[in-house]
Amino acid sequence: MSKKIGVFVCHCGTNISATVDVEKVAEEAKKKNPGVTYTTTHKYMCSDPGQKLLRDKIKEEGLTGIVVAACSPKMHERTFRNAAIKTGLNPYHVEISNIREQCSWVHKDKAVGTTKSIDLVRMMTEKTRKDKSLKPIKVHVTKRALVIGGGIAGIQAALDIADGGNEVILVEREASIGGHMAQLSETFPTLDCSQCIMTPKMVEVAQHENIKLYTWSEIEAVGGYLGNFDIKIRKKARSVDLDLCTGCSSCWQVCPSKKIKSEFDMGLGNRTAIYVPFPQAIPSKPVIDRENCLLFKDARKKNIPPNDSKVCRKCIDACPIAPVKAIDYSQEDEIVEEKVGAIVVATGYRELEDGLYGEYGGGKYKDVITGLQFERLASASGPTDGMIKRPSDGKEPEIIVFIQCVGSRDPSKGCSYCSKTCCMYTAKHTMLYKHKVHHGHAYVFYIDIRCAGKSYEEFAQRAIEEEGATYLRGRVSRVYQKGDKLVVLGADTLTGSVVEIEAEMVVLASAMKAQDDAGEFARKLSIQYDKDMFFSEIHPKLKPVESSSAGIFLAGTCQGPKDIPEAVAQAGAAASKVLALLSSDELEREPVVARVDRQLPPVFSTCIGCFYCQKVCPYSAIEQEDIKARDGSVIKTVARVNEGLCQGCGLCAATCRSKSIELAGFNDEQIYAEINAVEFN
Amino acid sequence: MKIKISLNESSSDFAKEVEERSGIKVRECYQCGKCTAGCPVAYEMDYMPNQIIRFVQIGAKREALTSRTIWLCASCITCTTRCPKEVKIAELMDVLREMSLEEGLANPLEKNITTFHKSFLNSIKKHGRISELWMLNEYKMKRPKTALQDLVVAPQLISKGKLSFLPHDIKGKDVIKRIFEKCE
Repeated sequence: MSKKIGVFVCHCGTNISATVDVEKVAEEAKKKNPGVTYTTTHKYMCSDPGQKLLRDKIKEEGLTGIVVAACSPKMHERTFRNAAIKTGLNPYHVEISNIREQCSWVHKDKAVGTTKSIDLVRMMTEKTRKDKSLKPIKVHVTKRALVIGGGIAGIQAALDIADGGNEVILVEREASIGGHMAQLSETFPTLDCSQCIMTPKMVEVAQHENIKLYTWSEIEAVGGYLGNFDIKIRKKARSVDLDLCTGCSSCWQVCPSKKIKSEFDMGLGNRTAIYVPFPQAIPSKPVIDRENCLLFKDARKKNIPPNDSKVCRKCIDACPIAPVKAIDYSQEDEIVEEKVGAIVVATGYRELEDGLYGEYGGGKYKDVITGLQFERLASASGPTDGMIKRPSDGKEPEIIVFIQCVGSRDPSKGCSYCSKTCCMYTAKHTMLYKHKVHHGHAYVFYIDIRCAGKSYEEFAQRAIEEEGATYLRGRVSRVYQKGDKLVVLGADTLTGSVVEIEAEMVVLASAMKAQDDAGEFARKLSIQYDKDMFFSEIHPKLKPVESSSAGIFLAGTCQGPKDIPEAVAQAGAAASKVLALLSSDELEREPVVARVDRQLPPVFSTCIGCFYCQKVCPYSAIEQEDIKARDGSVIKTVARVNEGLCQGCGLCAATCRSKSIELAGFNDEQIYAEINAVEFN
Repeated sequence: MKIKISLNESSSDFAKEVEERSGIKVRECYQCGKCTAGCPVAYEMDYMPNQIIRFVQIGAKREALTSRTIWLCASCITCTTRCPKEVKIAELMDVLREMSLEEGLANPLEKNITTFHKSFLNSIKKHGRISELWMLNEYKMKRPKTALQDLVVAPQLISKGKLSFLPHDIKGKDVIKRIFEKCE
């Protein structure tokens, strides 16, 4: 039975009708296109009356195929397919002919626009004649989520998902959760203590019955697909048994290696080789830094198992746990496998390395420090107990210079974007400085003061008006040492003058950069990243937390620079997406996926096993399948598409040399029918 | 121009001095430039009005006090009226003029204006109000080059009774005198 096709042409107000004669398009479709039994136009097809018209006509005219000539299928394909479902018509018989984005919007000449629209509609009619009914693919959902990264974004996402009643696996590569927020002294614009608002959340994670925490662990591999991810987690050897250890502190008190630069204090303070990164760490149990531990150094040198080294065993001797000590030198990395239904990536950022700016003396002069280092100086839990002291001689600086946009907005350093938080944290730094050094002078070099946010502008103005920070509009050219002073050469473009400041300390508001291993990590997860290595959201406005892979969501600064409230909000958004996904036992997926041809024996499949398809697939959706005889011997190895992973891009079908792969809804027959329908003159 | 800041030459002292003296919060200016945009004499100035405030903010005392701008300001108060941060710019100019004279930094190019200001004040001090003729007399004696300037309007002013030959003292001119004494 041949199809009865209805063509519905949309005016889209005047968006289409201004450059396309819609009535003529409808008329021509009925006159010339085989199979078309009904045509009409409507001012707004997507409106309720427009959809009703579609439903009514399907019933009245007994239509079995629909072409809606309107905007891009990205906009309303789902709208019209859902309308068709209500009448009992299989939705995959409904096709959109895009005569707006690809026609009316790009043409000025109405005659040209109309001719092109007629062609486009004819092409889609030909395709529709060959459309087959398709059924949505059902995918089982594992009701657990994985959150990667234990900073504020990861913690918030984990708590939200766990509070929703789902099990969460939280993986953090450092020895404690907390991330950068735990390092901060106070937070803008309220100046409340960062750790005071952070630690209750960290404790909540530790106590939550739905959260399984892996610290000192990294993601080894991610397999599977939406609803069914297979995760391999590498639990790095901590050398401390978390179940036995009570965090009593005996071990790190006796550790003789006391001069190791603390990563948590940004190198301004020291730690031991067996250490807890900071007092409020979760878990509050130590880890052995094998690079710097005397025992492990000795074992490496002598090439013996660490347990055999006798150089220093002070920590294990001091451990009061009996009969089995909580410290275990022989511990090795362990791979743990977990199954989850959804993933939230919250891997955070790193601060720009200070050595990049030779002209500012970063990394060369001790008293030129970064923003995060200043946070540690100002923090009550920091290496100076919150006193602002110069790293070189411990003197309280009376003149301090803050340089903004170090790395940010500097394309010559490969960083064209604005790090967004520095204007605010520099204003905060000037305040913290003035609160602690009353007679001190704070100068800030800036290009623009970008403080867009609730109460943010007022905060920055407060730093200037009430706290007396002097803002100078210009970039600093150079910082050099002169005696025990640092001479800062800058400018004030508002007066057109060169400014030379003899400072006692310089703070660089260093850019927020993507993690060093962001690219490698993104490839592990098959998600996309941008030119700055930040992970890409799939739509910058309407899908801000969805990554390019279904079931993987983004939160926090791994997606781009942002401050704490934004990171928390994005984490909440990602968690709500995860909760929606995990709320059903089965997921329905678009059946537009590729299939490898199967035949009866002795051919089995026309696939020749070249696996070019596997190479081009961006989603790792193509697997190798052995076709076996009854005795178990392999007759042939062919490609197979994992329907859960396939996103229907069609690359494999286009690449296949033996035409063995077909993309449902876009098979060769349909595509050729479309092409052949174009009238060339 | 070069501004040097060190422990010995701290910038914020000048800003503080101006703020204390004028009661105007100079730091509140965020350099939007609206004062300059609306100033009717800005085109004649060596520095724009907002730049003068900027000099005060960053402690460029010499630049502020030697500028011609502070003397060219006609105190029309358009800037003060329109300032989004309610900085009293015209009033600030007045304070800077005072400081400039005290420090002996007044721009020599604007000697006419400083002399005129002084003649104006002398007249008030003496009579309690302006006596146009005697004020002009004093001014033109001190600045002989201006002797013939604007002379053509004199007959018209006289015919309209705007230039009386004898000064008229006000009743409470002793009070005015005391005000001057207190200020000096």
